[in-house]
Amino acid sequence: MASGHIVASFDEDLGELNTMLTRLGGLAEKQFADAMDALERRDIQNIDEIIARDAELDEMEFNLNERGIEIIALRAPVARDLRRVIVTIKVAAVLERIGDYAKNIAKRSRVIIEHENSKSENVSLARMAALVQQMLNQVLDAYVSGDADLAMDVRDRDMEVDRLHTSLFGEILASMSEGPNQVSAGSHLLFIAKNIERIGDHTTGIAEQIFFLKHGRYPSDERPKADKSSVSALEQS
Amino acid sequence: MNYENENKIQSSGVQVYYGENRALHGIDLNIGANEVTALIGPSGCGKSTFLRCINRMNDVIDGCRVEGSVFIDGDNIYADHMDVVELRARVGMVFQKPNPFPKSVYDNVAYGPRIHGLAPTKEALDHMVETSLKRAGLWQEVHDRLSDSGSSLSGGQQQRLCIARAIAVNPEVVLMDEPCSALDPIATAVIEELIEELKSEYTIVIVTHSMQQASRVSQKTAYFHLGNVVEFGDTKQIFSNPKNSQTEAYISGRIG
Amino acid sequence: MTDTSTSMSVSAAPKSPEKIARLKARYRAERRFRFYGRAAIAIAAGILIFLLSSIVYNSIPAFTQNFVELDIELAQDVIDPNFSKDAEIIFAADWQGLIKTSLRREFPEVNSRADKRELYDLVSSGAGDWVRDFVLDNPQAIGSMVRLAVPTSDDIDLLIKGLIDRNLPESDRLVSNKELGWLDHYTARGRVHTQFAWVLFTSGDSREPEMAGLSGAFVGSLLTILVTLAVSFPIGVMAAIYLEELAPKNRITGIIEVNINNLAAVPSIVFGLLGLAVFISFFQMPRSAPLVGGLVLSLMTLPTIIIATRASLASIPPSIREAALGVGASRLQVIFHHVLPLAMPGILTGTIIGLAQAAGETAPLLMIGMMAFIVDTPTDITSKATVLPAQIYMWANNPERAFLPKTSAAIVVLLLFLLSVNATAIYFRKKFEKRW
Repeated sequence: MASGHIVASFDEDLGELNTMLTRLGGLAEKQFADAMDALERRDIQNIDEIIARDAELDEMEFNLNERGIEIIALRAPVARDLRRVIVTIKVAAVLERIGDYAKNIAKRSRVIIEHENSKSENVSLARMAALVQQMLNQVLDAYVSGDADLAMDVRDRDMEVDRLHTSLFGEILASMSEGPNQVSAGSHLLFIAKNIERIGDHTTGIAEQIFFLKHGRYPSDERPKADKSSVSALEQS
Repeated sequence: MNYENENKIQSSGVQVYYGENRALHGIDLNIGANEVTALIGPSGCGKSTFLRCINRMNDVIDGCRVEGSVFIDGDNIYADHMDVVELRARVGMVFQKPNPFPKSVYDNVAYGPRIHGLAPTKEALDHMVETSLKRAGLWQEVHDRLSDSGSSLSGGQQQRLCIARAIAVNPEVVLMDEPCSALDPIATAVIEELIEELKSEYTIVIVTHSMQQASRVSQKTAYFHLGNVVEFGDTKQIFSNPKNSQTEAYISGRIG
Repeated sequence: MTDTSTSMSVSAAPKSPEKIARLKARYRAERRFRFYGRAAIAIAAGILIFLLSSIVYNSIPAFTQNFVELDIELAQDVIDPNFSKDAEIIFAADWQGLIKTSLRREFPEVNSRADKRELYDLVSSGAGDWVRDFVLDNPQAIGSMVRLAVPTSDDIDLLIKGLIDRNLPESDRLVSNKELGWLDHYTARGRVHTQFAWVLFTSGDSREPEMAGLSGAFVGSLLTILVTLAVSFPIGVMAAIYLEELAPKNRITGIIEVNINNLAAVPSIVFGLLGLAVFISFFQMPRSAPLVGGLVLSLMTLPTIIIATRASLASIPPSIREAALGVGASRLQVIFHHVLPLAMPGILTGTIIGLAQAAGETAPLLMIGMMAFIVDTPTDITSKATVLPAQIYMWANNPERAFLPKTSAAIVVLLLFLLSVNATAIYFRKKFEKRW
């Protein structure tokens, strides 16, 4: 890593920005994990806390934005320093979005829990959620360590998430077609699945920013996509 | 003469010694025509020394030895047959501290054309003086006091007078050695705007301590360190994504 | 807490006794130092004023001369016996004789030879020149009787001025009682008057004090200084320009520099010996000529001018040179268009100092013979001449009393001469002075 700035307070400023992002990332991670966990364990009380905590996330993103603009105005960063500040601001916005998705998952989970008769397990959902959680965790690690390769690995794994989403989409459609009482739960599950898939997409976006931070350009090849849910329909049996 | 994307100045293996001390270790640098090239680097890195090689001002320093060649339009200016006086009419220089002659504004600008015999009549000379002052953006401010002493102007005006003096002899290249370091920000901005306008007619090489200035004003930047060119490229690229980690460290204000 | 007199205190905090004591001691030291400075200036100025005023006071009598009106018969047979109207013949007539005749006629009772000699001593032995000059201007007066004013002799002159006391006994007085009587005879008739002593400026040196003047020495000094200036200024300035601007900085130029600095300290008489050996003996130049004197003095002035010129050139900041070089001026153009005009004030100052020194030099000129007794005003730089300082020395050594005020007057003239040389140079320096 490059050595520190001659003006030490510049390092401190950048360090502070980093810390803010790490905390923001940690909180977003936690929100997502808690939301999935609440759905799993049918824990309504936790859901309220998750929804309330989203305000904290928003505030953190707001502060980080302010701090970033301050650093640009006062320090006139160039090259890597400039990329770092820009990337941090953009990633913060993405993490706030992820937080919003987590809040949405929690809200919809509550509806599902309140209206279901029996607890139904959804293995695919859990698997997809776990994968995306892991991706988010890995990409945040990659940000802290500056490991662009680690970040790019996350991008590849999104294909798996897309495939899972496509099959889960089909599964949920199938279960909804089994009976009208499955429709409301199923609809919310569709949205939850979509949210999880979107979170996955966002982590790849973060990965690309990390690549840009390190190399000064974006990855040249197209992000591999495998989400066919937008063109899926129920097979007429 | 418009050399689009052709190199106006080419240096090849330029080494400069001050006595036993080697200040420049073999510089190969190509300066493009009709654009602004900035030379940046920490104190003592050799950027001013290299600048002064282009108009052979190092010749007047005792104990200074220059090896290698510098080609302007293909002519080696260090060849034996090269007339230094002619060279300095082709390659003008503006210095760090404004140094107008202790003469009137008119005489300051007219001196160069006079000694090079560029203006056969008084009218021609008047015209040359007016043109130069206009090009240097000073005419409006001094046209009614051409006989005032050059040193009665403000710092920024004096520096523009020096620029007018340099371009009065119709040079092809204008060298600027930290031209704004003694000026306030407004005067600096005026001169930066002037440089922007001048580049369409002259090739400009500017040494500057301010990286912001280099990034604002130049199209190409060369980073000097300890007598070597560490990196040379488009200014955009040097300041957003330099190839060399030393360059990155310098422009970010990092140690080492 | 503590009150510190009327001194200005910077801090509002109360001061400790030590601090107050230190402050007071410092103020005392400053006042003492200022006093020392003022005392030094007062002493220096006092000595200067004392010197100058005593010289000026002593010189005043020399600026006036006393004349006595004689009735002179411009006898044709004495002046131009053959009516030739030839200026040369008229010039060579016995003018003093006409005066003697006049005196005899005025005092017919004087008979003995000794008495007559005393009578003739009433007027200057060169008084005949006045009659001659009158006749040459008015040739038609030949044959008539005219009353002309002629200068008195030196002792009579001093007596009238009061420098010889009438009341002294005759043996102590240089003027005899008889002479006193004759003088009083003219004085009673109002035929003795005082005029400005033009002779001091119009005539050359003379054995007779009342006839002695500075014209020879003045012109000699002027010619010598001109030669000195003409030789040392261009050579000195050019040498300095070469050493400072063009010569490479190596051992040889270093040695030259050291030698030039040492030359400035060589005793002036050595230059005189050098002049004697080289200019007079080897080159066979004329002795006592302003040419040789000027050459010798220019050797002395050269180091001063070179050093001052170099210092002046070195004080021009390199930015001016760089600016000129940057525009494409050649080395010579840089020097002559830019550096030299700016350095002129300093160069001229050095030249003034050197010339003033040279104008007052005596010892080297002694060796080449400019201490001679020169009567005629020199006509060109190869004719025999003397210089003001030499003239002063010679007059000072002369035992005749009348030379005393003349010496002081000569000193005053020399000082005025130097002042005008300085003033001329300062005028030129002001002309060249430019602000940069």
